[in-house]
Amino acid sequence: MTDTVNSPSRAGRHFDIPKIAKDLVVTALIATAIFGSTIAFRTVSASGGLSLELRFAEAFYVIAAVVFGRLLLWIFFWSKAPGQPAVSVPTGLKQGFRAFGAKFGKVFGPAMLLLALVFPFLPTTDRYLLDLSILILTYIMLGWGLNIVVGLAGLLDLGYVAFYAIGAYSYALLAQYFGFSFWMCLPLAGILAAFWGIILGFPVLRLRGDYLAIVTLAFGEIIRVVLLNWYQFTGGPDGLSGIPRPSFFGIPFNRSEGGFADLFGLDYSSIHRIIFMYFLILVLALITNFVTNRLRRLPIGRAWEALREDEIACRSLGLNTTSVKLTAFAIGAMFAGFAGSFFATRQGFISPESFTFIESALILAIVVLGGMGSQVGVVIASIAMIGGFELFREAEQYRMLIFGLAMVVIMIWRPRGLISTRIPSIFLKERKAVSADMVAQGEGH
Amino acid sequence: MAHVIDNPVLTVEHLSMRFGGLLAVDDLSFMAGRQDITALIGPNGAGKTTVFNCITGFYKPTEGCITALHENGEKFLLERMDDFKIPKIAKVARTFQNIRLFGGMTVLENLMVGQHNPLMIASNYTFGGILGLGGYKRAEKEAIEFAKYWMAQAGLMHRADDAAGDLPYGEQRKLEIARAMCTKPKLLCLDEPAAGLNPRESEELNKLLLFIRNEAATGVLLIEHDMNVVMGISDHIVVLDYGKKIADGTPEEIRNDPSVIAAYLGVPDEEVEEVEQEIDEIEEGASS
Repeated sequence: MTDTVNSPSRAGRHFDIPKIAKDLVVTALIATAIFGSTIAFRTVSASGGLSLELRFAEAFYVIAAVVFGRLLLWIFFWSKAPGQPAVSVPTGLKQGFRAFGAKFGKVFGPAMLLLALVFPFLPTTDRYLLDLSILILTYIMLGWGLNIVVGLAGLLDLGYVAFYAIGAYSYALLAQYFGFSFWMCLPLAGILAAFWGIILGFPVLRLRGDYLAIVTLAFGEIIRVVLLNWYQFTGGPDGLSGIPRPSFFGIPFNRSEGGFADLFGLDYSSIHRIIFMYFLILVLALITNFVTNRLRRLPIGRAWEALREDEIACRSLGLNTTSVKLTAFAIGAMFAGFAGSFFATRQGFISPESFTFIESALILAIVVLGGMGSQVGVVIASIAMIGGFELFREAEQYRMLIFGLAMVVIMIWRPRGLISTRIPSIFLKERKAVSADMVAQGEGH
Repeated sequence: MAHVIDNPVLTVEHLSMRFGGLLAVDDLSFMAGRQDITALIGPNGAGKTTVFNCITGFYKPTEGCITALHENGEKFLLERMDDFKIPKIAKVARTFQNIRLFGGMTVLENLMVGQHNPLMIASNYTFGGILGLGGYKRAEKEAIEFAKYWMAQAGLMHRADDAAGDLPYGEQRKLEIARAMCTKPKLLCLDEPAAGLNPRESEELNKLLLFIRNEAATGVLLIEHDMNVVMGISDHIVVLDYGKKIADGTPEEIRNDPSVIAAYLGVPDEEVEEVEQEIDEIEEGASS
């Protein structure tokens, strides 16, 4: 008790000096163990071999920063009078935030859509921003597709990029061997990807939890390795180039007579095609969203969510969980197939390098960060992840570090994703959002 | 001894279930009447839930024959059907001892999932539904009305738009029964529906079960330890002990059955022989 009296106490705060001192010493020791070895000693290549550079000062600064940071945490957050929250927010402010959130949620979707529609014509939009937004929209579409499998049906899929690859290669190969146009290949790519979704679905039907994750991960790698090694057919590591660019429903984007610019009386500009690409992926993504929202209100969508909640209860109600799982895999894969053929036509060149595990992980991170099952969450997470990645491009090798830290902080702050509430698919009187603690996460989480 | 029923909805014949060296159910035969409440009782570990799991297809019995019979004479051999086909085709629905609701979905959504199969057909296996054809909209309206009917019966109308996981325990029990009734079953199997309910809630449960028997014309088969429920509403009781049937009859007969009393309460040492003798006599009577 004497500590309390002697300590420099602020109003309502309680400082337990020996405890804090002990904690800071431990912090300093751990920081020394980590940074003492990694920062204090550095190997530099000098003439005649490697030599050791000692950087005790830098190491000391880093350790001091860690200890000081923890001291600040003790002073401002962790020291509190018993029974009081560490950081108190007035109730009025909290309610205000909630009301604002509800209102914001209602206008957010339409506002984003409006922005997306006028975005290419804004004076600030240049080629770089347009390319970036096409990339973001591609990930939004992939996120929405994976959301069906992971968010709604609750089946963890670590190999989602395989279907993206199947879509891309379907278009590239069909165009190369049969000369099919983009518009013919788009549905075919979707169907082929859905077919492979069912192929993957069968072996994983009986798997739960970690095993499901491992098999889907392996499936993604199998597809990539096959693409890499089937040299005669897929071009192996050389990839496929010269993939036909899309036309404006048959009208090519070129300088020639009868081209897009000529026909519409515009001056030729290479940006026309980019703007067309932008609207193409926007429409594809919106179709994905529309179909998913529609499916959620149909028996099949409710069956997916019921499967995530409790598989045994599903079977006791006469739901054939085999077909419920297969449809989820197939429809999720189909949207990846569409996105894949768009990717192929945008790039004009594809190789297995574009379809590595890191892509699957990125798409999954978007879904998890956005909040599983939330469509708006995927949009926010895609913009934050892909846009954020671009924002930190100048940070070079620290980019991944910053990014990893940001992810950790967000997942501590919101463990169930940015938008964690579930919106019911049907209601009698009032559509009440279901809080995340009620909603099950499904298999493999 | 064997209780004969003229119009059974369920017939269990010579059912045995073996787990390795453990014989959980041993040559069990009984019938459940079409509009009866049949109670399956017995001390803990008697094999009641195993019998349920065999009937509803979650276990494949080692031996025996389980038949569901519809009014129109259709017969379904349950031991040969996949678990999900039993509620879908043979119309035998069940609930679970540890409640299995879709906690993150609302009460109404739970009841809609219960009507999955007819709605799936109405939406032309999703193709019609996604195009917004009229047939599905009508079917969905009817399904909501049917859900409302069962919500009203279970007293859940005011909770329709709340998450099932938010409901208090008693209401979750009733919701699970209402959800099973949404599959329009011929026989409803309830695994300890009154467990953890207070006297008022268990009174409401009795009313709901009587309503299901009388108005919905559905047979009920229930496992229960709460004797108020068992003796109060059941028409027919089957008593299991160590996987064997030890008694079968009306509540009055069971109440006075010495072997049941022995199984539940045990008997003083000096009476063991006496009771065993009585049981032997009964068994001889039953077999002859």
